[in-house]
Amino acid sequence: MREQNRDHSSLAEGVLAPDPSPYDWEALRAKLGAATGRKYWRSLEELADSEGFRAFLEAEFPQQASVLNALGRRQFLQLMGASLGLAGLSACTKQPVEKIYPYAKSPEEFVPGQPLYFATALPLSGFGRGVLVESHMGRPTKVEGNPEHPSSLGATDIFAQADILTLYDPDRSQAVRFGGVIRPWTAFVDTAQREFERLGTKKGAGFRILTETVTSPTLAAEIRRLLAEWPEARWHHYEPVNRDHWHAGAKAAFGEVVDPVYRLEAADVVLCIEADLLGPHPGGVRYAREFSWRRHVEEGNGSRMNRLYVVEAAPSITGSVADHRLILRPTECEAFVRALAAALGLPVQTPASMEPHRAFVAAVAKDLARSRGRSLVVAGEALPPSVHALVCAVNSSLANIGKTVSFIDPVGQHPEPQGESLQALVADMDAGKVEVLLVLGGNPVYTAPADLRFAERLQKVPLRIRLGLYEDETSQLCHWHLPEAHVLESWGDVRAHDGTVTLIQPLIAPLYDGKSALEVLAAFSSKPTLTGYEMVRQYWKSAWGDADFESRWRRALHDGVVPGSAAEVRTVSLRQDFFQGLRPLVASPPGLEIILRPDPTVYDGRYANNGWLQELPKPLTKLTWDNVAYLAPATAARLGLRNGDVVEVVAEDRRVKAPVWIQPGQAPDTVLLHWGYGRPKAGRVGGGIGVDAFKLSSSRGHWGMPGGELRKTGDRYRLACTQDHFSLEGRDILRKGTLEEYRHNPSLAPHGHGGGGHGELPSMYPGFPYTGHAWAMSIDLAACIGCGACTIACVAENNIAVVGKDQVARGREMHWIRVDRYYEGNLDGPEFVHQPIPCQQCENAPCELVCPVNATVHSAEGLNDMVYNRCVGTKYCANNCPYKVRRFNFYLYQDWYTESLKLLRNPDVSVRSRGVMEKCTYCVQRINAVRIQAKREGRKIRDGEILTACQQVCPTEAIVFGDMNDPESRVAKLRKLPRTYQLLEELNTRPRTTYLAAVRNPNPELVTGKDHA
Amino acid sequence: MSAPARDLGPIIGPGHTFETVTDKIAAVVLSETRKGWMLGFGISFVLLTIFLQCVAVLFVRGIGIWGINIPVGWGFDIINFVWWIGIGHAGTLISAILLLFRQTWRTSINRFAEAMTLFAVACAGLYPILHLGRPWLFYWLLPYPNAMGMWPNFRSPLMWDVFAVSTYATVSALFWFVGLIPDLATLRDRSTSRVGRIIYGILAMGWRGSARHWNRYETAYLLLAGLSTPLVVSVHSVVSFDFAVGIIPGWHATIFPPYFVAGAIYAGFAMVLTLTIPLRRYYGLEDFITMRHINYMARVMLATGLVVAYGYLMEIFMAWYSGNPFESFMVKNRLTGPYSTLYAALIVTNVVIPQLLWFQRVRTNIPLLFAVAMSINVGMWLERYVIIVVSLHRDFLPSSWGMYAGTIYDYGTFIGTIGLFLTLLFLFIRLLPMISIFEMRTLLPEAKVKEKHA
Repeated sequence: MREQNRDHSSLAEGVLAPDPSPYDWEALRAKLGAATGRKYWRSLEELADSEGFRAFLEAEFPQQASVLNALGRRQFLQLMGASLGLAGLSACTKQPVEKIYPYAKSPEEFVPGQPLYFATALPLSGFGRGVLVESHMGRPTKVEGNPEHPSSLGATDIFAQADILTLYDPDRSQAVRFGGVIRPWTAFVDTAQREFERLGTKKGAGFRILTETVTSPTLAAEIRRLLAEWPEARWHHYEPVNRDHWHAGAKAAFGEVVDPVYRLEAADVVLCIEADLLGPHPGGVRYAREFSWRRHVEEGNGSRMNRLYVVEAAPSITGSVADHRLILRPTECEAFVRALAAALGLPVQTPASMEPHRAFVAAVAKDLARSRGRSLVVAGEALPPSVHALVCAVNSSLANIGKTVSFIDPVGQHPEPQGESLQALVADMDAGKVEVLLVLGGNPVYTAPADLRFAERLQKVPLRIRLGLYEDETSQLCHWHLPEAHVLESWGDVRAHDGTVTLIQPLIAPLYDGKSALEVLAAFSSKPTLTGYEMVRQYWKSAWGDADFESRWRRALHDGVVPGSAAEVRTVSLRQDFFQGLRPLVASPPGLEIILRPDPTVYDGRYANNGWLQELPKPLTKLTWDNVAYLAPATAARLGLRNGDVVEVVAEDRRVKAPVWIQPGQAPDTVLLHWGYGRPKAGRVGGGIGVDAFKLSSSRGHWGMPGGELRKTGDRYRLACTQDHFSLEGRDILRKGTLEEYRHNPSLAPHGHGGGGHGELPSMYPGFPYTGHAWAMSIDLAACIGCGACTIACVAENNIAVVGKDQVARGREMHWIRVDRYYEGNLDGPEFVHQPIPCQQCENAPCELVCPVNATVHSAEGLNDMVYNRCVGTKYCANNCPYKVRRFNFYLYQDWYTESLKLLRNPDVSVRSRGVMEKCTYCVQRINAVRIQAKREGRKIRDGEILTACQQVCPTEAIVFGDMNDPESRVAKLRKLPRTYQLLEELNTRPRTTYLAAVRNPNPELVTGKDHA
Repeated sequence: MSAPARDLGPIIGPGHTFETVTDKIAAVVLSETRKGWMLGFGISFVLLTIFLQCVAVLFVRGIGIWGINIPVGWGFDIINFVWWIGIGHAGTLISAILLLFRQTWRTSINRFAEAMTLFAVACAGLYPILHLGRPWLFYWLLPYPNAMGMWPNFRSPLMWDVFAVSTYATVSALFWFVGLIPDLATLRDRSTSRVGRIIYGILAMGWRGSARHWNRYETAYLLLAGLSTPLVVSVHSVVSFDFAVGIIPGWHATIFPPYFVAGAIYAGFAMVLTLTIPLRRYYGLEDFITMRHINYMARVMLATGLVVAYGYLMEIFMAWYSGNPFESFMVKNRLTGPYSTLYAALIVTNVVIPQLLWFQRVRTNIPLLFAVAMSINVGMWLERYVIIVVSLHRDFLPSSWGMYAGTIYDYGTFIGTIGLFLTLLFLFIRLLPMISIFEMRTLLPEAKVKEKHA
């Protein structure tokens, strides 16, 4: 077997290798799986002793297949001698002369040291989110939201922030490979051209393209061009987070497939059913912002405040900020919607199973009905089509359509449901009908439902070509692997959740000669050397016409949106016979229900190798670096399980072993697992960590299924959680109240505490007169949804190191701003509150006093400055910080050696070394940049001109920064609100960071029945 | 003191003359190396190499090898620092304060206790350097003139520590060395080897025992004693400021200075006993370090132990009396939190067991006394663990609470400094007279008779 593998000559000639991976992947996975039993897959090295692993390594790195074994000692020495001799020779050759030149003519607007911003878009699940990318001397360093883009409005989600790390990820695939051997791009083009000619003779029969969701007009046109040329070829698309159920539901309700666009701004009452509307999805940032617009408590004394009901099984970001949260299993949701529809007077039966929730349903229905045309009901993608159809009917009956929800033609360009599309492909592969498969992006070997046995069937395809950012699981099973250009390296276009088009422009030339999907497709055309740039321009030239093209093009690139490209709103109406066609309700089956969802930080696994996202605590559990089996406290108690106990989750014949995490507020008898982990080939960061939840999925229920089983294994597993303690211990740390309470007591301070936190404790010393600027920050807990975007934006802005699971487990994570999450109320249905904690920038800073070397000192503007160069690392400041916001470099956490990561760093922020304390600086580099700018222009710094990284990214505008000495500044005004309080005010640290108490808007009719809250 | 002195026996065994005292003590240094010493020194040296290994790894990799984290930024490093500093205290107390109070019984243990002080301070002094994130920059804590015009932060207790500990080390070393000079001259005169004569000769600084020498010696010694006296109180008070100045519940308490000083003397005497008991037995020095000495030391331990116990009690009382919820939680957490076992062990070893010292029979029972002293050694270490770790691990915001446990390097470094301490101690025993010869001679009846005549 080894011989076959090393026989590259036959591969190089284009003769298909028998099989580049003769090692049974399934068996290897099984082996890896079996290893999870005892210790999990802490590292692949653990397996290194096994024969299978060695074989795997050799297949993986054929060049490294043991030379010594094949060669005799004599030959080896000869070779060594020869190579040494050759090495010596090279010294005699003259090195080529390479002249470097300074910029004789500087590029336009290019000032060394000054960043430039370029508008582009970053896709998530195919949908673009408009961004502005900061570029320093030609290298992108930071992603910001594009205020003009409808999905962004200036904010971004965590993925957009982390994309910049993926760009520079040293693990990205860096070469075209055929059977594991590096080949030039032209070799692939030759193969593609040969296939193009061969397949052209039979109308493309046997040619298949597999993509993820495609919204790009150019790419879709390009694929359609190919399909038009080759009518026998087919285009398949699949990714696990898809809208199949929604589309099927819309079709059932309206008779046509449409995409929804919500307008939360117009909704007084919102009901989310198993829908994480504010969470990680293409429109999430926009919706979160619209939601927060309706959470401004002070406006009209709260009269504009909306009310959010959430019905869900496991707490999501949306559920965590809900005013009322009803805990139901996904399979019970349909019964709930029917009960709601019935309560709203629609011709449906109230299912008996909803009897216990009668009061809740009635109250919600009443609230919704009261707000006709100003309410909104949303169901999550995971729920079956029947629920979506019913929700459409409910929205229709509430006259919400066109007001709080409008419908547009599907933004995705491929009309076929993704699940069916993939199944068709698998069936054809199995039947041997596929000759050439072009996998453009995605990672179907990993993400395809387990029962499709995609990997096995894939290997029946004679020529498999893969374009991917990483040489991942799918690349392993393909003949050709083509390195994909990162979106920040390539030209393209993409549509947003509402259809708005953004032209994607590269910020940097491909670091590793990557190619975009467009360029790969071009290889299968008569013009194989066409570049992405030419193709995108060609498409838009044909769309816009030649007239005025250049100025339109430039304008679109500059703005980051193509004006007027948002999809037109479709008028849809509920089918007349909708209620007649309603099928009887399928009762929720008893027993354990398995729920599968994208991971809150690594999504469906595409971000598995992104250290920032791995280390970002999951919004509700604060776990890092792992996925777990989430259980309700009651279920865990029944099974006698503790956090970290390893269980086997069984669904039919599929099973995985996962550590348990008990999640208060989860539905009993459910087990939630997130996708995105357990990837053997994710890279050095994400490889082999966690559990592959896709192994549980099936094509019939890839979002989860009832009838699961849990088996205790008796093993334990160490998890890295950044917040071990979730109770407030009765301390006045978090102020929170209902709108009703706010109206009576606007400070929301607990009894016995002075209102507002404006009183100052007496001091023997005169205070420091802050006569210039006095920087301050206000964080609105009523707006914060706990998404974690601030943390990751801070990581990106301030060159914060990733420390790894072991260090996190030891309590050494480096995040400068953390989001604390506390539970309130009972274990089974608690309320959640999020509290972002950056450095409080105390005026009486306990840390400054104790530093023996003056490494942390106060600025005249009230900043608590950290002088890295002066720090010797006594850690005294961290000990004495009551907020514990200081972070210490216990080791050399920063990667000082990886070349690609050097490009990533923000040049305005020091890269810290070992043994140094660090912490939030209020983004002092941004303050100074604006200060210099203002000084040059001879004016004062305007309010809102300085945005801290956390403020800029925040989807809900919960963080406001500014000069509190300027009475007109937003922060000064916010600090005067009665809701303002200082954290641990009694310590007299006089923090510059203040909080606004959280306000919820519960339905007075439900407040007495607290069990739903 | 005369009445109890009769009860407790003499401070020097009967039948000794100037010559026998000198012979007996100098013999330890001047005779052949004994096997037991070799064994003890060997073991200590092995422990010392553990220390060197741990420090080597520390310097190469960083202080991440220890168990510290956020929120517990100090662990074994500062626990051990305070523990060693505390141990050092008995030496100064015995040499300086007891000298000024003319407690002649101190004579037979002061040299030894001073040496112990010095070595303990050496061990303690290492930790503040080792615990730095960037130990190579430790000198930044010193106020030295530099081109950057940077000064240390004089408001920081750690800065005060630098002065307190370095002053303490300097004065202790001086005091010890000055006290050694007459004995070094004795060794010079008695040494049979040329090398010994040269080295002891240089160290003796030309001591000839003339009346003028004695006069100057007495003056210098008394002055140094006067200088050291405030140090007994100041050093550990300053160390306690490291905590008392902090705002962490469990640290921020005004009782800390006296409570720390008492604890230090308590720990110091326990350590003196721990070392004296085996040594006097091994080298047959029961005549010089008599039951009376041991009894006195036990009494000092009892008294200081009670002050320490009072400190514990006051912490609990003030937590309740102040009505500060953070303080009361801190006490509750000590009593019932995850480290409650350690707190219970602290109370048992440091408060309950030492109550045995009320009994004369315990104070004169050598093995039992040794056990009590060991218990206090452990207890005082636990006390610092409780103060540092247990206070830090759960402070104000429950979200940032964490846990702490020492790693193998923490233990290795701790054991290693014990090795360093013992190595130095064994070298001291072998190379210098562990009991002050000339001072012992003044205790003899012969000396007294002459005085009376004069």
